[in-house]
Amino acid sequence: MVSSCSGCSTASTCSGSCPSVPELTEAQKLSNVKNVIAVMSGKGGVGKSSVTGMLAVSLMRQGYKVGVLDADVTGPSIPKIFGITAKADANENGIIPASTEKGIKLISLNLMIANEDDPVVWRGPIISQLVKQFWTDVIWGELDYLLIDLPPGTGDVPISVFQSIPVNGVITVSSPQQLANMVVRKAIKMANMYDANFYGLIENMAYVECPDCQKRIEIFGKPNGEKEAEFNEIPFLGELPIDPKLAELSDAGKIEEYNSEKFNQIIQKLINQSLGKGTKE
Amino acid sequence: MANCESCPTKNNCESQENCMIENNPWNEVKKVIAVMSGKGGVGKSTVSALLAKGLLNKGLKVGILDADITGPSIPRLLKVRDKKVESSEWGLLPVESEDGIKVMSLNLLMPDEEQPVIWRGPIISGAVKQFWKDVYWGDLDYLILDMPPGTGDVALTVMQSMPINGMVMVTTPQDMVSMIVAKSINMANTMKIPVIGIIENMSYMLCPSCKEKIKIFEDDSLSEFLSRMELQLLAELPMCREIAALAGEKDWDHPLVMKTIQEAVTKIMEYIQD
Ligand SMILES: Nc1ncnc2c1ncn2[C@@H]1O[C@H](COP(=O)(O)OP(=O)(O)OP(=O)(O)O)[C@@H](O)[C@H]1O
Ligand SMILES: Nc1ncnc2c1ncn2[C@@H]1O[C@H](COP(=O)(O)OP(=O)(O)OP(=O)(O)O)[C@@H](O)[C@H]1O
Ligand code: SF4
Ligand SMILES: [Mg+2]
Ligand SMILES: [Mg+2]
Ligand SMILES: [Zn+2]
Ligand SMILES: [Zn+2]
Repeated sequence: MVSSCSGCSTASTCSGSCPSVPELTEAQKLSNVKNVIAVMSGKGGVGKSSVTGMLAVSLMRQGYKVGVLDADVTGPSIPKIFGITAKADANENGIIPASTEKGIKLISLNLMIANEDDPVVWRGPIISQLVKQFWTDVIWGELDYLLIDLPPGTGDVPISVFQSIPVNGVITVSSPQQLANMVVRKAIKMANMYDANFYGLIENMAYVECPDCQKRIEIFGKPNGEKEAEFNEIPFLGELPIDPKLAELSDAGKIEEYNSEKFNQIIQKLINQSLGKGTKE
Repeated sequence: MANCESCPTKNNCESQENCMIENNPWNEVKKVIAVMSGKGGVGKSTVSALLAKGLLNKGLKVGILDADITGPSIPRLLKVRDKKVESSEWGLLPVESEDGIKVMSLNLLMPDEEQPVIWRGPIISGAVKQFWKDVYWGDLDYLILDMPPGTGDVALTVMQSMPINGMVMVTTPQDMVSMIVAKSINMANTMKIPVIGIIENMSYMLCPSCKEKIKIFEDDSLSEFLSRMELQLLAELPMCREIAALAGEKDWDHPLVMKTIQEAVTKIMEYIQD
């Protein structure tokens, strides 16, 4: 982690009143979070939120206690894919996260506003303040894993997350889209500046299987996730097809019912390589 | 935005003197259109590039201002990634694509396109403002703004400080996406920026082998969404390799897609002229 302003990449243009002089903040005092995983990509729409959701569901199915921190304040997707419309509550200790049917804890800005399509027209400093509060003021309780769904870009939110939250590992999501690789590399370089530990890269939307002729259609071009992972010197976790079922269940708020053989393989690889079995009690 | 009345940050603004910035006095930009969505990866940049080509085909002078500072895509889409911006006494000179579209993007100012830009919001939106007032766009009929995802700093700055004639909203056929696009439309409405209409991207896909139409996203609530938002549909674009290849190295020509885009451009111009 960056320990002083000299390590901060905005130091040269910073006016001196940096709202987050880099320092890790403590989680809410009733929380005990063992492992924090950030899901990032830099590029928009490659499937960060979908991967975060699937990852949460897989870990929960294996018996872990899981929470999801939706750090995409202006474009939150997490409540929708888990079908949560109830508002978050608060008591004298802090904010109480929502809980899904299967017991995954969630916090998102969309759980705090009246209508899901109300815009959040905030500038960066306020947005990153809120994301920090999702860490310092939310009563997560006992969690084996807290997953952070990052917004696209390498701006305020990822900066604040890397500066203030003790992230144990980063999962990068990419897609075979030519525009994605370049931007994903930017994000990986950014995370490296904060000495992030990479759990690996997942290539999403690698192909579509035609429901009629079952042919593999590589709609965005040749998948190249393994090469990209190698180029960036991070582990490759696997590829995922575009699956209409996932899109359908996400829209219906039922991602907890989604099952994918491909994703199970990815999660197994992730557990074997990085997560280990140490955190389950 | 006309004045401070409709500004969402009015309550904690110290100046209350309208954020509208003066354009570079050498510029004569007649119309400004922003392409937005709120949601990431729906095809804003692709649509921006296609609309620019469509306007160019009408014989107009066109520029694209890449307002996505941390994830710029326009240099690749218009195949100008190897060009560099130069400065002149009138301001920074945008680069020009082979067919004559002027482009300004942060990636054209970077020595290496993969270098990340790790800036906080105020600096990012400052850069976007500079792309408007410190760039010598010269004479343009249309300037297209390719917006980043989100409704944060850049969206707010653009709507507060640039004279936007209208916005094109890009969506894909999914509830989860239209919910976020609705946020952007509501933001534009609050700030009194006209929304011209919607382009639905990745509407369907044609299997290259059996030619069967594949619906990746089963959602068919587009007409309901359009009527709820009181907006017109400008175009529906398929998901296909050809559109994905727009970002590639080869020359690009796709008559079917361009026909759809040409129709959208006609609708946009009609809207703006009225
Ligand atoms: N493997 C997949 N199969 C089918 N649909 C998918 C897949 N992955 C993602 N999608 C769909 O694509 C869209 C974008 O995915 P998602 O929202 O997860 O991306 P994101 O990277 O979080 O986007 P943003 O940058 O806006 O946060 C969503 O509508 C999602 O349901
Ligand atoms: N209709 C389409 N068919 C196939 N591929 C497409 C289509 N539209 C866009 N793409 C591809 O999908 C990816 C996302 O598109 P694009 O970059 O234009 O979206 P965006 O909304 O600008 O994303 P961001 O939120 O990151 O700025 C790109 O790789 C692009 O080439
Ligand atoms: S438009 Fe600018 S000056 Fe006016 S209230 Fe909004 S932020 Fe303040
Ligand atoms: Mg997301
Ligand atoms: Mg873009
Ligand atoms: Zn087929
Ligand atoms: Zn095609």
